[in-house]
Amino acid sequence: MKVNKSKVSKTTKNDLITYGMVILTYIVVQLLVSTGHVSSLIQGLLVPFCTYVIVAVALNLTVGILGELSLGHAGFMCVGAFASAVFSLAFKEALPGGFRFFLALLIGAASAALVGFLVGIPVLRLRGDYLAIVTLAFGEIIKNIINALYLGVDSNGVHFSMKDALSLHMEEDGLMLIKGAQGVTGTPNDSDFTVGVILILVTLFIVLNFIHSRTGRAVMSIRDNRIAAESVGINVTKYKLIAFTVSASLAGVAGVLYAHNLSTLNALPKNFGYNMSIMILVFVVLGGIGNIRGSIVAAVLLTLLPEVLRGLSDYRMLIYSIVLIVMMIFNWSPNAVFFRKRLQQKLLPGRKAEKEAV
Amino acid sequence: MKKRMLSLVLAGVMTAALLTGCGGSAGADAGSTDGAAQESADAAGETADETGAADETAGEDAAAEDGAADAAGDSAGGTFKIGGIGPLTGSNAVYGIAAMNGSQIAVDEINAAGGINGMTVELNFQDDETDSEKSVNAYNALKDWGVQVIDGCVTSACSIAVSAKTAEDNIFQLTPSGSAVDCVANPNSFRVCFSDPNQGAASAQYIGEHGLATKVAVIYDSSDVYSSGIYEKFAAEAESQSFEIVAAGAFTADNKTDFSVQLQQAKDAGADMIFLPIYYNEAALILKQAADMSFDVKFFGCDGLDGILGVKNFDASLTEGVMLLTPFAADATDDLTVKFVTTYQEKFNETPNQFAADGYDAIYTIKAAAEQAGITADMSNEEICTAMQTAMTQITVDGLTGEGITWDASGEPTKEPKAVVIKDGVYTAM
Repeated sequence: MKVNKSKVSKTTKNDLITYGMVILTYIVVQLLVSTGHVSSLIQGLLVPFCTYVIVAVALNLTVGILGELSLGHAGFMCVGAFASAVFSLAFKEALPGGFRFFLALLIGAASAALVGFLVGIPVLRLRGDYLAIVTLAFGEIIKNIINALYLGVDSNGVHFSMKDALSLHMEEDGLMLIKGAQGVTGTPNDSDFTVGVILILVTLFIVLNFIHSRTGRAVMSIRDNRIAAESVGINVTKYKLIAFTVSASLAGVAGVLYAHNLSTLNALPKNFGYNMSIMILVFVVLGGIGNIRGSIVAAVLLTLLPEVLRGLSDYRMLIYSIVLIVMMIFNWSPNAVFFRKRLQQKLLPGRKAEKEAV
Repeated sequence: MKKRMLSLVLAGVMTAALLTGCGGSAGADAGSTDGAAQESADAAGETADETGAADETAGEDAAAEDGAADAAGDSAGGTFKIGGIGPLTGSNAVYGIAAMNGSQIAVDEINAAGGINGMTVELNFQDDETDSEKSVNAYNALKDWGVQVIDGCVTSACSIAVSAKTAEDNIFQLTPSGSAVDCVANPNSFRVCFSDPNQGAASAQYIGEHGLATKVAVIYDSSDVYSSGIYEKFAAEAESQSFEIVAAGAFTADNKTDFSVQLQQAKDAGADMIFLPIYYNEAALILKQAADMSFDVKFFGCDGLDGILGVKNFDASLTEGVMLLTPFAADATDDLTVKFVTTYQEKFNETPNQFAADGYDAIYTIKAAAEQAGITADMSNEEICTAMQTAMTQITVDGLTGEGITWDASGEPTKEPKAVVIKDGVYTAM
C-alpha cells in the first residue's frame, strides 16, 4: 500500500511540473509582451506554438501510449480545421465571438474524433503497422477531397458540389464557404495565445489523466504485451479505439486553433499533407516517445528554429536539417544517451540517472 | 572524446544559430549595435518604435552612404524600407525568386537615380515557402525590421493571409502577382497583375471575338487556386461566347505527370482548341503528350504559360502556334523591356519571366505612389498607408506588364491584356 501511494504522488508531482511549466511560460511571455520585449515575429508565432504543441501531445498519445504509428495526424488537423472554419464563417454574424469559437472547438474536436473513429474501426483490429499505412493514405485523401469540395449557402439552403463552383448554382446573395482549392477565406481570427494555452492545459489534463486512468493502464498493457492483455480479459480493439479517437479529436482541436489564426485556409501539401504529419512525428520522436513534456519542448523549439534562422536566408533550411540530425543523435544514439547520463551524474550526484526512463 | 565533440558541436551550432538570428534582426532593426537603445525604443510603443528606428537609420545611413545622397540629414534623406514576401524555397521557388530579382533590379535602379523623394530604398525579401502561416511569420519578421511598405506576397493564398494582418496594422500592401480576388479585399491592398477572373474572362472573350475555335477543351489544376480561379470565370464567360466547352479535364498537384486521359477526353469530344490555365511545367508535358498521340490541336494559355520556352529537356518546337495571354513578353522590343531583360540576364543568368516583371513593376508602382503622396522617412506606417492608398488611385504607371496602368480604390489594376503567339520560337504579337 505504502509503495503504491508514494508512486501515485510521484506521477502527480510529475504532472504538476508539466502544468507548471506551461503556466510559467505563459506568465513570463505575457509579462514580456506587455512590457514590449517580444518581437512581432515571436508574437505571431505564439499561436502556432500552441497549435503544434497540442497536436504533438495528441500524437504522442497514439505513438507513445498506444504504441501505434499514425502518419495522418495532419489529416485529422485538417478535418478539425475545415469543419470549424466552415462553421465559424457561416455563423460569423449570427453568434458572438467567444461563444462561436467555443462551439467551433467542439465541432472541430467532434468531427476529427468521428473521422478518427471511422478510420480506426477496421484498422485497429489488425496487428502490425496497418494504422501507419491507412492513416498515411487517409491524410492524402482528405486533402484531395477538400481541394475538390465546393460548399455554399444562400437563401435556398446549402449547396454542395465536387465538380466546380458553377455547378452550385448559387443565388447572388449566397456565401461561398469552401471554394475548392481556394479553400476557406474570411475565417474570423478568434485564436489568441491565452486561448491556446488554455487549450494546451486542457489537452494535457485529458492526456495525462487518461494515461493514469484505468483505461490508460489497459491501453499501455496492450502496447507492452498484447497477448497478456487479452488473457486478462482486456478488449483490445475497444481500448485501442478509445485512445486513437481521443488522439484524433485533440488533433482536431489543434486544427481549430490553426484555422482561426489565419484568415485563409487551404489544404496544401505544405500545411496538411504528408510532410506535416512527419513533422509532427518528428516533434514526438525528438521530444521522446511517450514523454509528454518532451513533445511540448520539441514542438516549440522546432517551430521556432526556422524562424529564428531567417537572418541566414538561404542557409537556414540547411542548418535546420543539420540541427535536426544532431538533435536526433543527441537524443537517441546509445553513446549520446550514455554520455548524458554520465554528465547528469557528475553534475547532480544526488539524483539517480534513471529518470530518463519512459 | 567523441561524445564530448558531439555535444560541443551541438552547443556550437545552437549558439551560432541564435546569435546569427538575433544579430541579423537587431542589425537590421535599428542599425545600432547596442541592444539597450533598441529595447527602450521598443518599450516606447510600436509607433514610436517605427519612427524612432527610421530616424536612427536615417541618421546613420546618411553618414554611412558615400555622400551621393544629399547631406541634409533626417528630413530629406533616410531610408524607405520595402519588405517583400514570397516563396524562395519549395516547389514555387521559381516565382518567388523571380519576383525578388525583378524587385531588386528596380530598387537598384531607383537608388542609382537618387531614390524616392531623396530616400534610399531598402528591400528585404523573406521566404514564405508558399505556406500562409509561414507567410505571416515572414511578415512579422519584416515588421521587426521596421518595414514601411509590403511588396507581396507572390502567391495568392499567402497574400490573403498577410493582407488580413496588414489591414490590422495599417501597412500598405502591393502584391506583384497575388491574383485571387480576395488578395485585394482590404482597402490597403493593391495588385500589379490581373486577377484570376479577369484573365479567365479576357481569355474567353479573346477566343470568342477572334473566332479562334468552336469547340474548346480545358485542362486545369483543380488543386491550384490560380488555375481553378481562371477556369471558373472562363467557363462562366464561355456561355455568352461563340464557342462551347466540350470537355473539362482536371488534375491535381499530386498527379501532374500523365495527361493522356484528359487529352483523350478532349480528342474524343472533337475539340479544336485546348485552353490551359496552368503553369508552364505541366503545359510542356501536355504539349509533348498531345504530340505523341498525334492530336493536332491549338493551345491557348494565360500568363502562367510564360516561361514555356525555357523548359529544360523539352523540344521547344512543340510550342509552335501556342497562343497565350500575357502581360509580359521577354522578347518584346520596347526600350524598357530590352533594358530590363539585359540587366536581368547579366545579373542572374536567366531570362526573366512574368513574375520578375511583376516584381519590377511593383517597386516602380510603389515609387510612383510614394512620390505622389509625398512620403518621407519620418512618417508613421499609418500615415504612409493612408497617403499611399489615395495616391494609388491617382497615378499612372508605364511598366513592363502594361502601359498606362491605373488603379481604382478596389485595388484592381486596369491594363490591356496582350495576346501573343509563339512563332519560330519567339513571342509574336497577335
